[in-house]
Amino acid sequence: MSAKLLTSAVFAGVVAGLIAALLQFYFVIPTLLEGEFFESGERIHFVTDGSPQSERGSPGLGGDFGRHAMTVGFNIVTYIGFGFLLLAAMAMTEMKGFTTITARSGIIWGLGGFIAIQLAPAMGLPPVLPGTIGAEVEARQAWWLGTLIASGLGVWMIAFLRGPIALVGVVLLAAPQFIGAPQLDTYWGVAPPELSAQFVSYSLGTAAVGWTCLGFFAAWFWTRDNA
Amino acid sequence: MRIETDPSGMTGHRRRHMTTTTQTRADLSLMPIAFATLAGLMLLFASGYAQASVLHGAAHDQRHAMAFPCH
Repeated sequence: MSAKLLTSAVFAGVVAGLIAALLQFYFVIPTLLEGEFFESGERIHFVTDGSPQSERGSPGLGGDFGRHAMTVGFNIVTYIGFGFLLLAAMAMTEMKGFTTITARSGIIWGLGGFIAIQLAPAMGLPPVLPGTIGAEVEARQAWWLGTLIASGLGVWMIAFLRGPIALVGVVLLAAPQFIGAPQLDTYWGVAPPELSAQFVSYSLGTAAVGWTCLGFFAAWFWTRDNA
Repeated sequence: MRIETDPSGMTGHRRRHMTTTTQTRADLSLMPIAFATLAGLMLLFASGYAQASVLHGAAHDQRHAMAFPCH
């Protein structure tokens, strides 16, 4: 029954997307909205006397319900997309006899997805607080896409291949980082570095939870009896 | 460690305890896997990659939160 693969991806994507969105609203979005104070110039980090002090404080979530509803919606869409790809990889790997998928091993799959799809690209292109200017967006997207493909393949090879060929996986993981992401030769950030750093760690932390949940629920829905 | 499977793709443990499930999952052909891959790529293109301004505005916060290259 092949439909089960697809419904499992959708269910898991909805659950993981909602959990991720909930965490984002507590951690990531208030930080992002605080960053927008600096993007808009409402707050200025280095004021005219050169003092690097600026007021701390997030506006909270504010009242923009429509904007936040979109964030929830796109989280669900994104995690369903990841769910499809993760389950396709799980099914393929099981079909070829490399492993047997269980809900518990799904957690490791989710963490593997986090490493390949979030952590590896973020090493070269960290999550960006609004107000920071980056290199040409097409060039960044190309590096980002290449990095997730190479890293995904690399993580899979390290997990399932034995012998020297597994080392190819290490090379695939490392290569994009040594090639390097496109960067500008100047800094443009207007927000305090502390705020930017906090945004990055919140973003990666919530994505780690989202991916772990995605892996668990994708495997759980898929391997569950009589669904 | 690679788990040994018999030609039907089922392991001994699963054959004993999970006959129904295993059969449904062993039936899996390439088609649903290919479909899932395609569907996943299309969803991610819309949520993370497409630069159309309507999509971009709506997906803005989530793209920043997920570290998708945005603008």
